[in-house]
Amino acid sequence: MAPEERSERPSTPVGLVLLAWLVVSVPLGWGVLQTLEKAAALFR
Amino acid sequence: MSALSFLDRERTVAPPGYSRWLVPPAALAIHLSIGQGYSLSVFNLPMSRLLGITAPAPGDWPLTTTVWMFNIAFAVLGLSAFAWGKWLERVGPRKAMFVAALCFAGGFFVAAAGVAVHSLAVGLGLGYISPVSTLIKWFPDRPGMATGMAIMGFGGGAMIGSPLAQNLMDHYQGPTSVGVAPTLATMGAIYFAFMMFGVVLVRVPPPDFHPHGAGAAAKAKLGQTASMTADRALKTPQFWLLWAVLFLNVTAGIGVLSQASPMIQETFQGRVSAMAAAGFVGFISIFNLLGRFFWSSISDFIGRKRTYAIYFALGTLLYCAVPKLGRLGSVTLFVAAFCVIFTMYGGGFATIPAYLRDLFGVEQVGAIHGRLLTAWSAAAVAGPSIVTYVREYQVGHGVPKAEAYTITMYVMASLLVGGLVCNALVVGEAPRTG
Repeated sequence: MAPEERSERPSTPVGLVLLAWLVVSVPLGWGVLQTLEKAAALFR
Repeated sequence: MSALSFLDRERTVAPPGYSRWLVPPAALAIHLSIGQGYSLSVFNLPMSRLLGITAPAPGDWPLTTTVWMFNIAFAVLGLSAFAWGKWLERVGPRKAMFVAALCFAGGFFVAAAGVAVHSLAVGLGLGYISPVSTLIKWFPDRPGMATGMAIMGFGGGAMIGSPLAQNLMDHYQGPTSVGVAPTLATMGAIYFAFMMFGVVLVRVPPPDFHPHGAGAAAKAKLGQTASMTADRALKTPQFWLLWAVLFLNVTAGIGVLSQASPMIQETFQGRVSAMAAAGFVGFISIFNLLGRFFWSSISDFIGRKRTYAIYFALGTLLYCAVPKLGRLGSVTLFVAAFCVIFTMYGGGFATIPAYLRDLFGVEQVGAIHGRLLTAWSAAAVAGPSIVTYVREYQVGHGVPKAEAYTITMYVMASLLVGGLVCNALVVGEAPRTG
């Protein structure tokens, strides 16, 4: 079996990958939103 | 077998079928946490009235002391990345990230206790370089994009850390306390848990790993770059040219960032309030974040050297244009110019690991990156000092405050010209992977 097939065989569930991204995206999104709210003062 | 063997490099080799797209979230968990270091200033004012509660009292730390927390944190980042980079390459990312979590979260607990005994302690560097080095190995076909994702997290960390600290202090403060100590302890617990998510998730690729779908020619090209040891890399002119490239790019950006709020208020006196100026700082930090991903991803297609040439050439033009935009009275154009400048400031951080990988190979890229980060520490001292000194000199010689930043912008532009020259002198870049 070729290395790329062995190491990249699509056996990790897509849901797990999405969940991992969700765990980091939620706090990042919250932080960006907080910053945008503060930044909005520049345009008032 | 001890429980800690879970942290060993051999236990972190990805099993067949492990998706490399799980590694960026692991890296982001670390960088979103340690990026909090950028927002340490949120504690400055509350820590200057720990005894007085509502106002500074005799025995309270002056602001001039508390601001050292930020300086120390970034000095430690550079020094620890320098000192521990080779160890990271030997033990693997999981153990390094675990130690980073212990140091970083532990720093909060020590600081929480230190608030009572008046001592400070923080550490960052190992957490910065370990996920970056791992991502480069997982994404040999898109190293710029991969490191951009992680380093974007460092920029985002401040956006989380600042409001989180503020909300916690609001929650904990009372008539007898400003709430700093419980806030630090809570943040230590939250960050430790979040970083452990990255520790558990991270894997290193197997030795014969190639990205899925890479053709034979691409594989041959990806494997062409010979690796150099960190010690040997340090003896090459290329390393020191890149050190200068990072130093000059960061010096210009961090200098302006440190004075962004007073700068926009003084340039547009009576038109930009303190609150709007705080909004300006927030706005450019979002562009700083976006630039980290955008420019480093672009660099996979146009090459690292061309990307830095754009940073320096476009940055020089924009810094030279800023005084004119100020005189025109256009707040919008002034803000727009800085938004573009700060995408390239962030991009400079995010693109450098891939540049190092192109020049020195992947094997010890974490250690080499760690050594290069001393440029950041030096820039964190030089940038704000230059901007403050030039401004004070001008104001002291009768220059109106609205005009006081003109020379500063030209000084920043000249730094970028120096960066352009250093970048042009870099030779031996590996072929583009895109």
